[in-house]
Amino acid sequence: MQSLDVQKRSATTTTPPSVRIAEQPVAKLIDISKCIGCKACQVACMQWNDLRDDVGTNVGVYDNPSDLTDQSWTVMRFAEVDGKDGRLEWLIRKDGCMHCEDPGCLKACPAPGAIVKYANGIVDFVSENCIGCGYCIAGCPFNVPRISKKDNKAYKCSLCSDRVSVGQAPACVKTCPTGALMFGAKEEMVARGAKRVNDLKERGFAQAALYDPKGVGGTHVMYVLQHGDRPDLYSGLPVDPKISPWVALWKGVTKPLLSIGLGLAVLGAFFHYVTRGPKEEEPGGKS
Amino acid sequence: MSGHVAMKSGEVPRYNASERVTHWIVAITFVLLALSGLAFFHPAFWFLTSLLGGGVWARILHPFIGVVMFVFFALMAVRYWSDNVIKPYDREWKKRLSDVINNRDHNLPEIDKYNIGQKQLFWTMIVTMVLLLVSGVVLWREYFAGFFPITVIRIAAVVHAAAAFVLIVGIVVHIYSAIFWVRGSLRAMTRGTVSAGWARHHHPLWYRRVTGNK
Repeated sequence: MQSLDVQKRSATTTTPPSVRIAEQPVAKLIDISKCIGCKACQVACMQWNDLRDDVGTNVGVYDNPSDLTDQSWTVMRFAEVDGKDGRLEWLIRKDGCMHCEDPGCLKACPAPGAIVKYANGIVDFVSENCIGCGYCIAGCPFNVPRISKKDNKAYKCSLCSDRVSVGQAPACVKTCPTGALMFGAKEEMVARGAKRVNDLKERGFAQAALYDPKGVGGTHVMYVLQHGDRPDLYSGLPVDPKISPWVALWKGVTKPLLSIGLGLAVLGAFFHYVTRGPKEEEPGGKS
Repeated sequence: MSGHVAMKSGEVPRYNASERVTHWIVAITFVLLALSGLAFFHPAFWFLTSLLGGGVWARILHPFIGVVMFVFFALMAVRYWSDNVIKPYDREWKKRLSDVINNRDHNLPEIDKYNIGQKQLFWTMIVTMVLLLVSGVVLWREYFAGFFPITVIRIAAVVHAAAAFVLIVGIVVHIYSAIFWVRGSLRAMTRGTVSAGWARHHHPLWYRRVTGNK
């Protein structure tokens, strides 16, 4: 989006164009305690982004499709949990890209400009620059990106960056009938989330919390969880997501250190030649 | 003694045509792999993807070229295995490494077809090639990565980068020694022969073994 400044750019060592500082970080707030699992957000996502997944098969639960795909950028995950007093609790989590402040996908991506993070916090895949290596999948702490079998490029929720850049809310937020989805300035969404958490605490959910995990610098998609102490209850939402130490090692110190090491090896050979010279056997053949 | 090769005007055969073709297939595929691999490793090398037709083509071709390299390297590994077993005189030779580096070659212990540097490179290549193949399959998104847990893929990425680094540094030394440092070596891999003087100077045990000369 030309109207959005780029704050981070994959496989780029210099500062991307980023002089405008007025852009406010945005966030989507998903209030799980208000979600009824109607999947209107899935439909709106398909409709706005022109996506049509294959008709899948019933896997015995309400999850449909059963996983994120290149054509399904958001899916509702239904978890049946034993609640207080033996009551069933149905925890329905809208899964999709969390738009990390410190995106593991972007860190892992080797293709310059294939993944960008705008100044407003949206992490976007620029598909024309994508080479299809799948490193973003290895980098993501939330298991979100999917590679298309058709064009071998990675896809995920764009937080409707095209809509946001012209002042619209993401399609899923626009369509949510219960108000479980909200969108706005991150600051404001954090405040709303905190208010909702207080409401929930008063209503018996003592551990209610806002999910904005610090391990990835916070996220631009946040959840209100009734059970903030147990994110894993929500179909395996990571308790403390962060970029894997293996990815940090791979894309961190090793990159400059090994590159310098290679340069030194070549220079070492060159300077050996100019100081010691070649080995030439003596004409007489004496060893 | 029988079985000694015929010498033509002071030349000693070192690699036959089949050995040379195998070596150069490995060498060419290695160069393509190193260049495209570096491009994926650090953005400073990204421009190298254009040598394989751009980023997407580099991503498509790199693993297939890798398989070709591994297969032909495996042929070399089998062929040269016994020549690379490290012997006591190799260890003596290695103790004089500073003499080797400073080109004071007189009175070095006599060695066979390969010196210990070459032998250690051989074993390093065997280890790194296997690591690169295994981790490379795990990382091969189009066909195989989906079968592995995400942690295994992450570890494979680090292993692939580390093994490639060791291999590339080893090959830098190999190329420098064969083309620039030790004069008269390159023709062993281009024309198949070395001079008798080269053979006596650098590999006296091998020289006597293949020629029967004292």
